[in-house]
Amino acid sequence: MIVAQALFGVLLIAAIALFARNIRRVMRNINLGKPEIINDRKAERWRTMALVALGQSKMVVRPVAGFMHILIYVGFVIINLEVLEIVIDGLFGTHRIGAFLGGFYDLLIGSFEILAVGVLLACVVFITRRALLQLSRFHKPEMKGWPSKDAMIILVTEIALMGAFLKLNATDQVLAQRGIEHYTTAGSYPVSSMLQPFFSGMSDGTVLAFERFFWWFHILGILAFLNYLPYSKHFHIILAFPNVWYSKLEPRTLVSNMPRITGEVKSMIDPSVPPPEPATPRMVAGVEMTERFGAKDVFDLSWKSLLDAYSCTECGRCTSECPANLTGKLLSPRKIMMDTRDRLEEVGKAIDAKGKWEDDGKSLHSRISEEELWACTTCNACTQACPVNIDPVGIIMEMRRYKVMEESSTRPALTSMFNNVENNGAPWAFGPDKRMEWTAEG
Amino acid sequence: MSEFATSGEVPEVLFWVGCAGSFDDRARKITKAFVRILNAAKVKFAVLGQEETCSGDPARRAGNEFLFQMQALQNVTVLNGYGVKRIVTACPHCFNTLKNEYPALGGSYEVMHHTQFINTLLKEGRIKVQGGDFAGKRITFHDPCYLGRGNGEYEAPREVLLKLDAALVELKRSKQNGLCCGAGGAQMFKEAEPGAREVNHERSEEALAASPNIIAAGCPFCNTMLTDGVKHFNKEGEVVVKDVAELIAEAGEL
Repeated sequence: MIVAQALFGVLLIAAIALFARNIRRVMRNINLGKPEIINDRKAERWRTMALVALGQSKMVVRPVAGFMHILIYVGFVIINLEVLEIVIDGLFGTHRIGAFLGGFYDLLIGSFEILAVGVLLACVVFITRRALLQLSRFHKPEMKGWPSKDAMIILVTEIALMGAFLKLNATDQVLAQRGIEHYTTAGSYPVSSMLQPFFSGMSDGTVLAFERFFWWFHILGILAFLNYLPYSKHFHIILAFPNVWYSKLEPRTLVSNMPRITGEVKSMIDPSVPPPEPATPRMVAGVEMTERFGAKDVFDLSWKSLLDAYSCTECGRCTSECPANLTGKLLSPRKIMMDTRDRLEEVGKAIDAKGKWEDDGKSLHSRISEEELWACTTCNACTQACPVNIDPVGIIMEMRRYKVMEESSTRPALTSMFNNVENNGAPWAFGPDKRMEWTAEG
Repeated sequence: MSEFATSGEVPEVLFWVGCAGSFDDRARKITKAFVRILNAAKVKFAVLGQEETCSGDPARRAGNEFLFQMQALQNVTVLNGYGVKRIVTACPHCFNTLKNEYPALGGSYEVMHHTQFINTLLKEGRIKVQGGDFAGKRITFHDPCYLGRGNGEYEAPREVLLKLDAALVELKRSKQNGLCCGAGGAQMFKEAEPGAREVNHERSEEALAASPNIIAAGCPFCNTMLTDGVKHFNKEGEVVVKDVAELIAEAGEL
């Protein structure tokens, strides 16, 4: 017994330490982005987080998927109370330490079981929906390979964990009813009681072996899943909360100002205004980064855009509402987020390997093409649709800025538009002298 | 505006005409309809005329921040020079830029979209409309992204349209879920990227599916895109695309 306790203790500490290391790695990666202070309107931020993240207000816009998602979410959060008990029992060699709660314990265990079935069923529906119903948003090009596998791994793991949990309860109660030492009768088992007949014909030793197997399978599964999160789209279960807290509260169509350019333009208009001091380079991952106009790589995006990228769970609601994507253009807002995250991971790995950043000749633009960038209508259907307030338009805008201002690369018609605005003060070739012509018409 | 300034008078509101409203043949009709409404309501308004320049919206969205700020700072200087406090515009893109983006450049004004302004005029009884001619007609409203999703204004244009005795039918995708006309983000000034179809065809098809007599718009660019879309489906004989201001001007026989 004491050996098992010690072994469990070691594994628990190892799992938590590994998770902490992964979190630090992700935070380091996010902080490769440009610093931006976001701490205004705190009350509104907490309200938004309560509503959108905790309350899942944007999930239920699609009621069926939204309801099932809430089932899994509530199940996950509440069943974690039981995981707490399992961890305590595992460490101290106790059995159902919460049993002293009496009737309340019965209520808790009973609800855990019902929720577990809810989670299990919702996961089965989600798997069916992904595998059988050809929902186009789950089969876009960016979902090929790992992203689809990732989704299936998550769902299958959840089913396996919930299954193990119920079977654990069933074998536990068979042992308790036989009066086996250590196993006490406590709790109510509305679901697992139905599984008991399957084990009741077995010998004490066999049931005990099953019980131990399910116990270890369940808890080790949870610890493994915890460490799978930072490598998976499933990370959203944690990052959704900070991501919504830090989300853009300004009107959706506001494009952020570039104060450095304001300084330069002011001095261009009025020569008596001195040009702004050159920006001081920022130390990132052991190298000096000079500020660019717009975004070439992940270093040029706000850290918030990088948090957005890690928070994306690839549900594709953005892409399914995007007018460009709906009409067959290459742009998919989800892909913008996935590309940003994958590039950030690539950069992070290179920094880990070399101890500092060395230019690898690649950038965000190696993954996101001009054709994608120029297809966006900035209509913000994607930001409206995102259940965790991710902003793909912000990234697209920063990448356009880089293309235009650093590389002078744009679509030919836009060059004419720029020339017109510059020379005539209008996007068309009409001079200011024609501005009042409409008054002369009837 | 300069005439007001010389005479020392203060206009109730500055009408920001915008580039489309000044130069585009179709949008000029919207400008004139809105001016008829302003005159009927005896609103003392000013325009900047030759002192107005592009708000900078298309330049900023196309990534040219220098050009945007050159336009914007020029406009802010002019507007602040005249001490302008209230602005109304018939273009949601100018509306968004002036309202949300100029404050960071030192220009803070009360900015209204013309449907909001017309709604106030109607509520205050400063203009009256007879919806009679519209009785039995079906009108559907296409939400401009920069007014609706961008700035949360869904009701003002609808409240105005309800003054007409027509049936207001909602599109399948409306309000928060409204589908873009395809012109935003500087798309108006370029060819669409390669794809299966045009965004304005997708949207116009949806609008035509609501079998309206009139598709109401609140943006000169949406107006162009939807007009072209209706033509694409050869429905220009049966369905007209009109701005909310034009409909009110017609109903008020202004």
